[in-house]
Amino acid sequence: MRSIVALLLLLFVLPLQAAGKVQEYRLDNGMKVIVKEDHRAPIVVSQVWYKVGSSYEPVGITGISHVLEHMMFKGTEAHPPGEFSRIIAANGGRENAFTGRDYTAYFQTLSKDRLEVALELEADRMRNLTLPPEEFVKEVNVVKEERRMRTEDKPTSLTYEQFSAVAYRVLPYSHPVIGWMNDLDNLTIEDLRRWYRLWYAPNNATLVVVGDVDPQQVLALAKRHFGPLKPERIPTLKPLREPPQRGETRVRVKAPAKEPYLVLGYKTPVLRTAEQEWEPYALDMLASILDGGSSARLSRELVRGREIAVSAGAEYSAFTRLSGMLLLDGSPAPGTDMATLERALREQVDRLREEPVSRQELERIQAQVVASKVYELDSVFYQAMQIGTLETVGLDWRLLDQYVDRIKAVTPEQVQAVARKYLTDDALTVAVLEPLPLENGTTAPATTGGNDVLR
Amino acid sequence: MYCADRMPARFLLLLAGLLLSLTALAGPKIEQWTTANGARVLFVRAPDLPILDLRLVFDAGSARDGALPGLASLTNGLLSDGAGPWDADRIAERLESVGAELEVDSARDMAWVAVRTLTEAKPLETTLETLAAVLARPTFESDDLERNRKAMLTAVRLGEQNPGTVAGKAFYRALYGDHPYGSPSGGTRESLQAITRDDVLRFYRRYYVARNAVVAIVGDLDRARAEALAQRVTADLPAGEPAPALPPVQPLAEGREIRRPFPSSQSHILMGQPGMRRGDPDYFVLYVGNHILGGSGLVSQLSEEVREKRGLSYSVYSYFSPMRREGPFVLGAQTKNAKAEEAMGVMRDTLRRFIERGPTADELTAAKQNITGGFPLRISSNSKIVEYLAMIGFYRLPLDYLDRFVGRIEAVTAEQIRDAFGRRIHPDRFVTVVVGNGQAAAAD
Repeated sequence: MRSIVALLLLLFVLPLQAAGKVQEYRLDNGMKVIVKEDHRAPIVVSQVWYKVGSSYEPVGITGISHVLEHMMFKGTEAHPPGEFSRIIAANGGRENAFTGRDYTAYFQTLSKDRLEVALELEADRMRNLTLPPEEFVKEVNVVKEERRMRTEDKPTSLTYEQFSAVAYRVLPYSHPVIGWMNDLDNLTIEDLRRWYRLWYAPNNATLVVVGDVDPQQVLALAKRHFGPLKPERIPTLKPLREPPQRGETRVRVKAPAKEPYLVLGYKTPVLRTAEQEWEPYALDMLASILDGGSSARLSRELVRGREIAVSAGAEYSAFTRLSGMLLLDGSPAPGTDMATLERALREQVDRLREEPVSRQELERIQAQVVASKVYELDSVFYQAMQIGTLETVGLDWRLLDQYVDRIKAVTPEQVQAVARKYLTDDALTVAVLEPLPLENGTTAPATTGGNDVLR
Repeated sequence: MYCADRMPARFLLLLAGLLLSLTALAGPKIEQWTTANGARVLFVRAPDLPILDLRLVFDAGSARDGALPGLASLTNGLLSDGAGPWDADRIAERLESVGAELEVDSARDMAWVAVRTLTEAKPLETTLETLAAVLARPTFESDDLERNRKAMLTAVRLGEQNPGTVAGKAFYRALYGDHPYGSPSGGTRESLQAITRDDVLRFYRRYYVARNAVVAIVGDLDRARAEALAQRVTADLPAGEPAPALPPVQPLAEGREIRRPFPSSQSHILMGQPGMRRGDPDYFVLYVGNHILGGSGLVSQLSEEVREKRGLSYSVYSYFSPMRREGPFVLGAQTKNAKAEEAMGVMRDTLRRFIERGPTADELTAAKQNITGGFPLRISSNSKIVEYLAMIGFYRLPLDYLDRFVGRIEAVTAEQIRDAFGRRIHPDRFVTVVVGNGQAAAAD
């Protein structure tokens, strides 16, 4: 078994080189430019990442980063609303944007000779957005519809939203990326103007370009279009820390549904906040022990084995700006009650605390990590995504190259150590979805979307 | 993560030379042959990465369910739960310990088994050995059957709490009636309880046979190795027979509106009719037309009218889902209950206007630029190419499908679009489904 892993690791060096090195530049105005060559296909992906997202938002204007992301398509002096999208389309491009807790990003995928079209437009809307009030009135309604679709009418999303809201006492990860409906109702165009001025500047942005390009040419284009933009004084964020949790927290969520659902979360550090650099990698490994594929413990023991869950998962990310959680979730199999499912998930955690994981389990995960590093090279978009995420949460993208070695270095003792240190009952939050009837012919309970007092 | 789903509508920047330069674009070189026992193989050599993608597609989707909705999906899901000497745990362990990925899934036309592995000897060997067993020697143990049955029953209940899923099921049923496409792929409570192990075995033996299979291969290997590999994974399958032709889809005789009250803040709207099939003579004309109407994200006419001008919906779209027989043509949106009627009115008006007038010259030019200019993106990764191979093989499209794609798009005229939509799209005979709390329930 161990020899297989060694073989795979050797192999992994080759395609990385074939895919080309990463070049990093900084423009005079502070904007970072990162270029990765990948010459397999004549295409290029261009992403502009801003250091702003829902975790930057104070209560009262939650969701503003995401609404601003929508408004970024609503025109500048040079290009009226909608023209950005039309130009990208006419150049054969695909585009979109996304907002997360720690970032807002805009991307285009294009034939390689069209890169400049994207850079010119992105540079323009970095500083010159007009934010017309009449467009805002319509677009905030679109965002509310998005919230209804993603959250209000989805019992599992509602459960997760309530879970996060009670799990974090201090960290702004407590509020949803899309924002609370009340805050969307009260958002104004002036709020957006302020938010845009505050964060949208070259010294708060990173351009990531991956594809069939010459880094020097990309740099020249970036200088031409982004170079003239003036930097801003970007607000300094206070360091936020979640105070120690002093006992289990539970929340029940009632919503029209057919099936119950359960979320468990333990407060855990991330790379930026861990006392020991190996801890987040050990937590990453721990999550894979539970849920790294169909042969991992949750599928093997709870879905098959005891057959008490129809689905069960575990999730952890080391690459966020602030500390986070190791999450477990599950849906019970017919005939299993929620208490049994919860006990089973917690017993899995107990076991990680009590006994070291097997060498065989570690090696399986190492093999998966090594292989997926190669598979990633099949997607230029994903490669750019990883670089952009790390840069924007305040980490060095070079960590990506070290990732396999770091995971390989994790020992069974370290997995047990992080389980004992962080997966404690007092640091646990539990949310349980309790289905309300949704039989046909009834009218909607006043709670579903009833806070909507529009126009 | 939240996406704005921005995309394009009419346009402006005419870039001379763009269309011309793209005409020369060709797809990857596809090789095709048939294995000794009759499985058709499509292969593209991709030497840049040490990866193999292998996808076996069977004409064994839910259209073959017969009287037991869910049978195709249940059978397909059980393949990886026990095969040859290995149970589900061992199969997962074997593959994952070499970093290989396995996917089994099914839709209405197709059922498939796909793997991705490194081409290094040990992972490749382990993956092929496991895959061959999964295909030819699944055990269908009773315990596994019962567990999968329960999971599918739970999935049915989860679907009942999702207004979009409720709408989709009602839409397919109303569109296709007793045609096999009307059957819910995930099964019903009754059918799932009725399926026996013998049903599963009979389904497997009938449809998981070489002459009913297409093998798509993309990876870092030469033709000789690809041939050996295809031979190896299919060798133990009996030749069997191709699945029989599906019955033709009957056009809708009259319009029909179905309203289902549902305790949701939004109403989910679907409207449409049977649309077109793969290889349809109007395929490219309808494809380009729909791109303009509702297939190009934010710059489509539907998005412009419903979302951009009125802020009524986050997601509004139209699409053709071409299948072996006429798959659906759908217009869809979700909006808060109080706005459902307005949104439906705008969607209908937009469609009627499009059928009457067709696209403008600018709209057509913009759509062609988007589709042809984006052609390199369609074939930019091994995972995209292997899906194209499976589709081309399964529907027996010509091997030069990708080579000719750009030229076929460029040849479409506005008059052809107006003509094809006028001949084939009949809003007065649409099925309309509204799930939500917008109105009191009407007769079903």
